[in-house]
Amino acid sequence: MQKHFSNIIALLFSLLSGTIFGLGLIIAGMANPAKVLAFLDLAGLWDPSLALVMSGAIGVGLVAFALAKKRSTSFLGLKMHLPSLRIIDKRLVIGGLTFGIGWGLSGICPAPAFVLLGTGATKAIIFVVFMLIGMEIFEKIESYRKKVSAY
Amino acid sequence: MLIDWNNFSPWTGLAGGAIIGVASAIFVLFNGRIAGICGILGGLFRPQKNDIYWRLAFIVGLMIAPLIWQLFLPLPIIYIEASNGLLAITGFVVGISTRYGSGCTSGHGVCGISRLSPRSFIATLAFMFAGFVTVFIVRHVFDYELGFKLDL
Repeated sequence: MQKHFSNIIALLFSLLSGTIFGLGLIIAGMANPAKVLAFLDLAGLWDPSLALVMSGAIGVGLVAFALAKKRSTSFLGLKMHLPSLRIIDKRLVIGGLTFGIGWGLSGICPAPAFVLLGTGATKAIIFVVFMLIGMEIFEKIESYRKKVSAY
Repeated sequence: MLIDWNNFSPWTGLAGGAIIGVASAIFVLFNGRIAGICGILGGLFRPQKNDIYWRLAFIVGLMIAPLIWQLFLPLPIIYIEASNGLLAITGFVVGISTRYGSGCTSGHGVCGISRLSPRSFIATLAFMFAGFVTVFIVRHVFDYELGFKLDL
């Protein structure tokens, strides 16, 4: 019963974080792909807003993650899952570059995609469905590569 | 460089950003997790016991944000310029490459830089650079220099 209750509390915090994250994106104007593209268009009429959104988020994030790094469990007593990988490899750079191309062509990245989905926009449904297909194909390729390298 | 003063929104940008920071702070301090949307989604494709619902809860949170917003205020203008076909292609590219590069704007850009992770600095530089170049090519090379608009 105790465990069950703490699971529900953790789920509520997860839901709360997602909701606040989404509201932040809307306030910042980042749920609007046209505004994201206006930031990426350095040579046109440039809208620097996205840089300030990142600064605001990182300003708060720096404090939170400095605190998080010192802890072995969360405030709810859950295990801290912080990435430990340090190597800078080809995957990281190529993945970043190709993601940037997709982002630059659409103005949409994964978090705003779900906020847009919540507005019911048909275009957002198309983007999200194909994004999930892309992720599924990534998993398929990964598990195939693992199988091959196991021999 | 010409700044679009009519649309530049420094205060709501900073405030919205800080709210995104607060959401990431709650998530890491209470749930012990990184608020990286691709990582959260990625775990759903190889589901493990007790590792599904917190992921779905966060995603549902993102989706209900505009609904909660609309209880109080009309939504701001949202304009998606890309055609349906282009959205399908870019959605696919974003899905596969954010998993391959282990993160997107939220995971690397916000949380990773906040963690002072060198990997995330590099990834953020990479996707920002590619985003700038892509928009430059689409809007300025084709449209003005080659004399035709790329009809995306």
